[in-house]
Amino acid sequence: MVREVDILKILNEVNDPEIPVLTVLDLGVIQQIYLQEQYWIIELTPTYSGCPAMQQIEVDILAKLTEKGITNAKVKHVLSPAWTTDWISVEGRQKLRLYGIAPPVNEPNKSVLFSDPPKVACPKCNSHDTKMVSLFGSTACKAHYQCNTCKEPFDYFKCLK
Amino acid sequence: MMEQSALFEYVLRMSDDSLILAQRLGEWCGHGPILEEDIALTNISLDLIGQAISLYDLAADLEGKGRNHDQLAYMRYEQEYKNVLLVEQPNGDFAMTMLRQFFFDAFRLPLYEALMQSPVEQLAAIAAKSVKETRYHLKHSSEWVIRMGDGTDESHKRAQDAIDHLWRYTHELFYVDAIDHALLADGKIPNMETIQAKWMTTVTSILQEATLEIPKNNWKFEGGREGRHSEHMGYLLADLQYMQRAYPNMEW
Repeated sequence: MVREVDILKILNEVNDPEIPVLTVLDLGVIQQIYLQEQYWIIELTPTYSGCPAMQQIEVDILAKLTEKGITNAKVKHVLSPAWTTDWISVEGRQKLRLYGIAPPVNEPNKSVLFSDPPKVACPKCNSHDTKMVSLFGSTACKAHYQCNTCKEPFDYFKCLK
Repeated sequence: MMEQSALFEYVLRMSDDSLILAQRLGEWCGHGPILEEDIALTNISLDLIGQAISLYDLAADLEGKGRNHDQLAYMRYEQEYKNVLLVEQPNGDFAMTMLRQFFFDAFRLPLYEALMQSPVEQLAAIAAKSVKETRYHLKHSSEWVIRMGDGTDESHKRAQDAIDHLWRYTHELFYVDAIDHALLADGKIPNMETIQAKWMTTVTSILQEATLEIPKNNWKFEGGREGRHSEHMGYLLADLQYMQRAYPNMEW
C-alpha cells in the first residue's frame, strides 16, 4: 500500500533542472498530494508564469515515480495560491548558498522607485560588501551580483512575494 | 452559455495583449542597447508568454471546442486576434519600446489587482500569480521613463516623441463593449473606469517626475478589440506563426 509519505520520499529525489541542488520539495513547488479515483494527484505550482523548467519537472516527477513502481500518478498544475520565495525551505536556502547562489532576502516594496538594491551576503565569503551588477540575471528568478571583498560574481535568487 | 462565450472573448483579449507584446519584446533579443536591458526585455517577454499560456488555457476551457493554447496562439487569422493596437506597434527606438511598455504595465497592474477579486476562480488565480510579475515590470518601465525624460536633451526628446506617437493608442486600453457590460453586470470583472482612473494617476505622476508632457491632441485610434489591426500586425503574425504554418502541429 503506497502512502503519501512514500510519494514525498520519492519527490525528494526529483531535482530542479535549472538548480539541480534543489529538490522540488526544497523549492516549494509541490502543493498537495492526494489519491483521487485511484490516481495519485501531485499538485505543482510554477515559480514564474513563464518558467520553462515546469514542463521538465512534470516529466521528471512522473519518470521518477514510474521508476519506483508508481504508475498511477498525474501532475496537476495549479496557480493558486501563488508561489512565493518564502516557500523555499530552510535546507533549500542552505543548499543554494553552498551551490554559490545567494538565497532571497526581504526586499523593499516594488512601488518604491529607484530603491537601493537588496543587501545580499556573498555566498562564497559571507561578506556583506556586495553590489548588484544587473537586476536581470541568467534566469527570470535571479539577479546578478558581485562581491567587493572576494570579487566573486554570483547569482542572487530574487525575492518574489 | 451566453456568459461563457462573453468570458471566453474577454480572456482571449487579455491573452492576445500578452502574447503580442511578448512577441514584440522578443524582437529585442540580441539587440538590446546594453546587455542588462537585452536580458530584461526578454525576461519580461517570457513572463508575458507565461501569462498568455495560462490565459489561453482558461479561454480554451471556456470555449470547450477542444482547442489548446498553441492552437489559439498560433493558428488563428489576423482578424481573430483581439489585442489592442498599442501592443502591436513596432519597437522603434528604446524610448518607444519603454513608453509602450510603461503605458501597458500601468494598465495591467490595476487590472490584475482588481481581477484577484473576481468570482471566476481561475481568472482570479492567474491575476494573483501575474500581479507579482507585473509589479516588477511597472517598476522597471517607470524608472526608465523617468531616467530618459529627466536625462539628456536627446533622451528627453526621444521619450517625448514616443509619448506623442503612442498616446493615440492608449485610449483603446479602456475599450468596453457589450461583452464587458454583460460581465460587469454579473460582477465577474472590474469596472473599466476605475482601472482608467488608476492608470491616469500613475501616468500623470511618472510623466511629471520625468518632466514629460501628456499631449493635448486627443486623437484616438482603436479597432484591435474587434479584430481590425494596424498594418504592422500581418508582418508580426507572419513571424510569430511561421513554424506552425510551415509545419502544422509541430512540437519541440
